[in-house]
Amino acid sequence: MREYLRFLVRCFRLSFVGDWRYYTWMLVLTCIALLGLNAYCKQLVSGLATTGMTDQVSWGLYIANFTYLVGMAAAAVMLVIPAYVYRNEDLHEVVIFGELLAVAVIIMCLLFVTVDLGSPERFIHLFLRFNFPLSMLTWDVIVLNGYLLINLHITGYLIYSAYRKREPNKRLFLVPFVLVAIVWAISIHTVTAFLYSGLGGRPFWNHAIIAPRFIASAFAAGPAFIVLTLQVIGRFTTHHVPVNALRLLRQVIIVAMTINVFLLISEMFTEFYTGADHLLSTHYLYFGLGEHRALVPWIWSAVGINTTALVLLYLPQRNRGLWLLNTACVMLIVGIWIEKGMGLIVPAFIPTPLGEVVEYLPTLNEVLVGLGIWAFGLLLYTIMVRITVPVLKGDLTVDTLHPTEVARMATA
Amino acid sequence: MSLRIFEGSGVGASTCGRGGPGARLGVTRRSFLRASVGAAGGMAAFAAAISPLRELTSEHIPSLEQFLQKHYKEMTPDEMEAALDRIREKVEHRYKVRPNIRDIKPMDGVEFIYALNLSRCIGCRRCVHACVAENNQSRDPEIQYIRVLEMPRGTTDINQGNHHYDRATVPDENHFYMPIQCHQCANPPCVKVCPVEATWQEPDGITVIDYDWCIGCRYCEAACPYWARRFNFQQPKLARPDEIAADPNIEASRLNPEMSYLSNRPRRQGVMEKCHFCLHRTRQGRMPACLEICPVGARKFGNVLDPNSDVSNILKTKRVFVLKAELGTLPRFFYYFDERDPTAQDLPAMEHGGVAPKAPEESR
Repeated sequence: MREYLRFLVRCFRLSFVGDWRYYTWMLVLTCIALLGLNAYCKQLVSGLATTGMTDQVSWGLYIANFTYLVGMAAAAVMLVIPAYVYRNEDLHEVVIFGELLAVAVIIMCLLFVTVDLGSPERFIHLFLRFNFPLSMLTWDVIVLNGYLLINLHITGYLIYSAYRKREPNKRLFLVPFVLVAIVWAISIHTVTAFLYSGLGGRPFWNHAIIAPRFIASAFAAGPAFIVLTLQVIGRFTTHHVPVNALRLLRQVIIVAMTINVFLLISEMFTEFYTGADHLLSTHYLYFGLGEHRALVPWIWSAVGINTTALVLLYLPQRNRGLWLLNTACVMLIVGIWIEKGMGLIVPAFIPTPLGEVVEYLPTLNEVLVGLGIWAFGLLLYTIMVRITVPVLKGDLTVDTLHPTEVARMATA
Repeated sequence: MSLRIFEGSGVGASTCGRGGPGARLGVTRRSFLRASVGAAGGMAAFAAAISPLRELTSEHIPSLEQFLQKHYKEMTPDEMEAALDRIREKVEHRYKVRPNIRDIKPMDGVEFIYALNLSRCIGCRRCVHACVAENNQSRDPEIQYIRVLEMPRGTTDINQGNHHYDRATVPDENHFYMPIQCHQCANPPCVKVCPVEATWQEPDGITVIDYDWCIGCRYCEAACPYWARRFNFQQPKLARPDEIAADPNIEASRLNPEMSYLSNRPRRQGVMEKCHFCLHRTRQGRMPACLEICPVGARKFGNVLDPNSDVSNILKTKRVFVLKAELGTLPRFFYYFDERDPTAQDLPAMEHGGVAPKAPEESR
């Protein structure tokens, strides 16, 4: 126990050590996170009137980002399945970074839900009267927190074992949890999709394809983010990132994105060919309703970006290095963010169930809160990677010294 | 022992041994100074970031008793009385008016329903404003529970309704008018989705909210197919600033002191509210405020379990319909047009022209 506390203290101190690039990156993120905190404090005082949300469009940027990030947490599992189920050795080296990402991203999800609450100090009511199993939101509370705990356990156990120079007991403490995490990752998407698709009063959400599309787009955007992250880790740390891992992820993204586009086409066909009342929200999203067309440029950008990214991925790229893959990944992250964030949440509210058309535009304060959470998430992830790399490499273990302790030796 | 963390990291360089008071502890003056400046700067930046919290008032921060107050259904009579006392004090403190607030329970053998005669409604919106006044709704911004649609003749498709009609006189001869408020569904989607059971259906059919339990997630607002729920995006006020400047007592004069816990007591920022069929009136034998004000008698309200009530008669004799019946929400709010159902008249029996073909399995 004492050893564990010492481990935590040493990790904490290690997170303050780095070169100037590290300090600059962390300083910028801290500043943005503090700006976000400041904006959130203003929101706490003046209420959600500081956001662009109204009774007509009662969910906006926060819930959109929440939805997108739940998908991002899938990145972990797309590394885990090949690594543990198909015993791919290349992925074994990097799987922990996917799980760390899941931890950081789930924390961001929980923050986005919290800032969306009108009376956050009453969260304790969740423990006192939990409307389970009727409310899908309670399911979401369970699966998100459960996923956080599972991934915290897996990553924490691996890192601490390496720190103590012990061989991890894979059969008892690792593999069962990894297998649960795979199923669990699917569940966080499914439950979050059900949150929307179960509402009969919102035709835009009320169809069965929402959950499959969630999973398809998540398995494209999540691994796309991981592809970029792994390269950053490979470049700025001493950790070895095998190129084959990236190639494998490319295959995953291609399959997932192709399915996603197919589901999108099925959805569009059904909506537009039938031409029923269902159409109004979809029509608003793609073509606008009268002079109300705020989302039209966004969604067409997303369609363009996603299609181009898919084409880029399909191009043969054996001898061209990774720039083609990286470009496609950046495009996918942005494109799916638009499509599955604002493009999924906002149109469901326009028009209202009574046919009123009121548009939504996030306010500056709202955007700052959102940016703050993103910065905080990246900050967390950077610190976790910062600690994990030397520990797994065996540079920081129970009987080696900490950089700050090296300094102490030098002065003694 | 060497550590390679971030190649070329400047850790070693900054900590070359220098004597000084801290040297024994392994801290050089320079690194100590640097750490202190960093920590102080960080704390200062953090303090600056959370400085808006200084403007939090007692309206935002609950007292310990309020914070620990139980869910409506779990409160003992004593605890309810204490909760009511806290509300009395708060209202008196803010408006200088002592409210008559109680927790009025549903009556046995009563299930309320509403019926609205679309042939009579003239779209004057008096019900909207009577409701705002009765239920202490915020005037800045104004929260209204009732939305009146101006509908072109020839359709009941609400997507064709005009929400913002503004005429010198009503009704317009080319339109009819359709007021919509909470339909008090027998199968309410809003109740199902609430994660903390802050909203539920009472035995008399009214869906209520415990304003002290709602966490403000607005899932119910997304779930409601009738757009009947309203959220307090900011601290509700009973008058606009310019009205208060003209008459400082205007909020007190507007406050309706006849209140009940589950209906029209003042709400706070960050919680949901909605129509509750004026339960503080209707559970005591009175009519809802929207009905009382209606100049043309378009609104009918009563107990559907009483076979002789107005509303029971309307269900029996009029061809009523509900909005979005296909969603299975089973509204307790019925619309009808003012003509008699021919089958309810004493017409002579007539021989019919044949029956529908039987289903295949029946004919086998």
